[in-house]
This record gives sequence, C-alpha cells and structure tokens, in this order.
Amino acid sequence: MCLIEKTKNDFIFYKSSFNLFCLIVVLSIASCKGDNKSPRSLVYQPNDTSNWPASFGFGRIATATEIGRLDIDISPDGRGLPAGSGTVGSGSIIYQIKCAFCHGSTGKEGPFNPLVGVMGDTTKAKTIGNYWPYSTTIFDYIRRAMPYNMPGSLTNGEVYDLTAYLLYKNQIIDSATGINSLNLPGIKMPAQKFFVNDDRHGGPEVR
Amino acid sequence: MIMQQENENHINTNKLFSKKIKRRSLLGGAVAAATIALVRSATGQSVPALVPDPTKVPGRPPGTIGTRSAFEHPVKLPSDTSARTPLQDLYGMITPSDLHFERHHGGVPVIDPHKYELLIHGTVDKPSIFSLEGLKRFPSVSRIAFLECSGNFRTGKETMTPQEICGLTSQSEWTGVMLSTLFREINVKPKASWFLAEGSDAAVMTRSIPLRKGWDDAMIVYAQNGEALRPEQGYPARLFLPGWEGNTNVKWIRRIELSDHPYMTREETSKYTEQIKDGKIRQFSFDMDARSIITFPTYPVQVQKGWIEMRGLAWSGRGKIIKVEVSTDAGKNWLPAALQGPVLDKAHTRFRHLWNWAGNETEIMSRAIDETGYVQPTLKQLINVRGTEMGGYHLNPVTGWIIKRDGDVLLKVEKFK
Repeated sequence: MCLIEKTKNDFIFYKSSFNLFCLIVVLSIASCKGDNKSPRSLVYQPNDTSNWPASFGFGRIATATEIGRLDIDISPDGRGLPAGSGTVGSGSIIYQIKCAFCHGSTGKEGPFNPLVGVMGDTTKAKTIGNYWPYSTTIFDYIRRAMPYNMPGSLTNGEVYDLTAYLLYKNQIIDSATGINSLNLPGIKMPAQKFFVNDDRHGGPEVR
Repeated sequence: MIMQQENENHINTNKLFSKKIKRRSLLGGAVAAATIALVRSATGQSVPALVPDPTKVPGRPPGTIGTRSAFEHPVKLPSDTSARTPLQDLYGMITPSDLHFERHHGGVPVIDPHKYELLIHGTVDKPSIFSLEGLKRFPSVSRIAFLECSGNFRTGKETMTPQEICGLTSQSEWTGVMLSTLFREINVKPKASWFLAEGSDAAVMTRSIPLRKGWDDAMIVYAQNGEALRPEQGYPARLFLPGWEGNTNVKWIRRIELSDHPYMTREETSKYTEQIKDGKIRQFSFDMDARSIITFPTYPVQVQKGWIEMRGLAWSGRGKIIKVEVSTDAGKNWLPAALQGPVLDKAHTRFRHLWNWAGNETEIMSRAIDETGYVQPTLKQLINVRGTEMGGYHLNPVTGWIIKRDGDVLLKVEKFK
C-alpha cells in the first residue's frame, strides 16, 4: 500500500517536471523563432545588461556612520586629515620607542626600509627625502599600517608627531615647525618633480 | 501488519548498513595504517611504503578530499614577504591554487565570511554595503587570467630556477561579479575618474585605480579554480584587474571609494614605481608587459643528447600572445614555438618546441610577442631605454639557459646592477 502510494507520488513528480521541461523547450524554441537577433548559443555576455533590472537590490545603503568608520584615507590636498597637530620633539621620542627597532635609530640604517636620506643620497635607498612625492602619504601610511607589529595603534596626535619628525630628519622642515591638518598638504616634497605617468600603451616600442 | 513489516525492513536495512560501515571502517583503518607507514626514499623524502605488487592488495577507499601523490612535492619558495610558484614543476596553464604565488604587506588575515562586507562609496548616488552572499547573488563571471607581481625579476647566479627568477606569476580561473555590475548598482556619478581599493589586512593596503579599468574588465572575485578563494589570494573576496600589476589587485577588499583624483598611497608612490632615464620616476605603470620563460629544460635538470621538448609559458597584460619564438643557438636564429590552445586574453599560454640536441654547448631562449606587436626585449634593450639606474619593477627580459656538454642546464646570468 505504502509502496504503491510512493510510486504514484514519484510518478506525479516526474510528470510535472517533464511538463516543466517541455514548457522550457517550447519557450526556448519560440523565443529563437520569434527573434532572429537572439543569441542561439548560451555564451555568457557579461556586458549585455539588456534584460537586467535597474537595480538588483542585493546590497543595502551605507549610513554616514558606517562610512565614517572605514573612510580613513588622506588625499594629497589634505582631504581626510583629522584635526590635530604634532611636533618634531615629541615625534623624536615616539620614533625611538616605536619605530627605531625596524628603521634604525637614525632612520638610515634599517634593518627595514630606511626612511631618512636627502636628495642625492648615495646609498640608493628610496627615502622620504629623496623619493616620496607627497607629504600626506606619510600620515596616511603611518596611521593605517605602522608600527608593523601593532598596526593602527597610534593616536592621530602621535601620527602628526612622527610625520613632523620624519620631515625634519629628511631636512624638509626645521625643528621648530609643527605639523597639522592645515599645513601638511602644502609641504612640497623634493622628489615630486621627478614623477611622470606611465604613457606606454603596447606596440613595438620598448620603453 | 503493513506497518510492522515496514519497520522490520527498516531494521534489517539498518543492520545491513551498520555492518557495511563496520567493514568499511575496518578496511579504511587498515589502509590508513598502511598509508602512514612512510619510508625514507633515496632522496631523503618520506614516501608511502610500497607493496611489492599494487594489483594484489586492495587500495585506499574513496575519501572526502583528494591529496597530492605522496611522491610529488611541488612547493612554493617563501621569503619574509612573498612565496614563489614552482613554474618548473607545473604543466599546462593553470596554477594549482595551493601553489599560487603570495605577496602581502601585513601577513594573511583571517576574515569571517559571515561578517565580511564590501563598502562602495564616494562619488556615487547610492553608497552601499554588500555582504559576501549579496555579491554572490549578482550575475557572475568566470575568467582564466594570469596574475603577476610587477617586482618579478631576479638574476645573479647560474644555479637559479624559473621559480627563483620569476615565480611571482600564476594563473587561475577566477569567478566573481564584474565591478561594472556593482558600479551600475550604486550609480557612479559622472565626475568620478578614479577609485581607491582598500584591503582589510594589517597593512589596510590601498591602491588608486583609474575608473575606466573598473568599467572595462575589473572583477570582485570570490572563487579560484572552482572553489572559494584561498586566504593567501584574498579570501573571502578580492579585486581582480586582468593584466595589471599584482599589487593593484587588492586582496581581502573591504572598501572602494570613487573620486576624481588618485590618493597617492604609499604603494603607488614610494613602492611600485620605477626609475627611468634622466632621473624620472615612472608612476601608475599598470599593464604587465609581454614576457615568456622556458620552464623545461632549466636548472636544475640535466638533459640527454637527442630529442628534447622545450616547454615554457608566455603571457601579456595587454592582450593575447600571438607568437613565441625560441632560439637554440644563443639568438642567432629564431623559430616559432607551438602555442597550446586555447590562447586566452591576458593569460599564461603554454608553448612547446621540439628540438634535437646534438650534444654541443649552446644557449636556449624564448621571446613572447603580443597582439599589440610588442616583442619581449632583452635585458640590454631595457637598460638602454631606461638607463643603468632603472628600477626593479616591470622587468621582463628574455631569459637564456646555457646547456653544457654534460647536459647540465644553467641560467645565463646577465649583468643587471
């Protein structure tokens, strides 16, 4: 009894899926016949959005708070810099405690990325003084990624202090100059004038 | 009555099933015991104890996950910040996911896919947050393409393998959603011209990308070679920019901000820029230039006189490889190598050349030509056009291998710096 019922159910299921299959086949043939421009093969065209809705709605609108929590980037014109300021003296102390271990007590000897070296430096190290084209990058990078073993642990004030110290050590500002959100973007970096955009676009020429 | 009968049947089936399981686990146990019986091979590696005749002993039962043969040991070559793909040990054009090269700037983070979110904001009408599940609901795309770090050239000693010279390139089938699909969803405003891509690793790594690449062929990918991305490749989601320098393909991507300017992040200013002539520093060199490397025969193999099938990989970030030429006489004559189809856009392409080595000392080399007409240059050509102080990024020189009379194969070392 049970067995019969089960078979019956299965039969009904098969029958309905067969009907669905037939319907799809009929519809497919109909659509091919109806419009000769329809692609016959089902090769996916990622740029063909003709049958897409205006919006899929698979995301949600981000709130200003949610954006603010992640939006930490600094632009070369200073957009994104937080309020605050720093001094060379405070930066020197923080540097020796939190940075010298990797970058060397003078900033020149490493073992990792030397940071200090003025233009014409013969060590071939790429330093803030001889290679970094924008002052705002110093603040942005220290705040997001340094110190390597404790990234994101510095306060904005400490980051301003370190920025001031590194600019001073690279002879870009003097020891009395403080750094803040208003004057940092205006500091002209010595290497900026050397930067050119890649203008190669393939072809036989090697450049 | 019927009910009873059915119950009985049920029990009987259960008994049979449990018996089966018991027999199976017994077998499995015996085989598991056999597979952990490892012995030291002549080369010092651990391999399973061999039975005298594998046709006379039942083998291992089916399992839940496949493993590489215990006799095969292809491995990445790690340093503090990268791990290189063993190009000389691989076949075809796909890099096994666990051998895909690694390069990261703050280690490999662990990200909970259920908590993962991608924020897209800035110069858009609808700043939005997408969960991983949300990203997967969009129309999806799969594409086979290479990914190469732009700092991918080493030389200096004869005893170097392709892995050491240029092992920071790999190829996968990537699956995800076109970035243009997401841009369409959030309505990018007309004045946007760049976007910032930011990772959620310890470096919170950022790169500025011209918007046109986002509309062209950029993807947010969540799968690699048929399964979820590997953590080393950006799990659960990364930016994928076909043909562009590896660093721009931001892994563990958490945020995209559209804007009208580049951000001049650390990676696109003090790193991933290269000195060229007249003291100039070239920036935003996104395209990876056409390149090829012979993967057989190379150091450390020793070859025998007679027929040798030379094999290698060629690729270009600017499109398809149209030709690979090989020389077996130190560049005096060049012959077209056979390309293994399908030859794909911005993809590693396998090439082969059958060569009858007479046993004389010689040098073999290959050069790639892409559909823009670019011909892979020699190191000398690169130094000539970029100067002796040229930087280490985007170097793609023709690489030669010396075949000694005894069959030893050594890298042809050229003076670089």
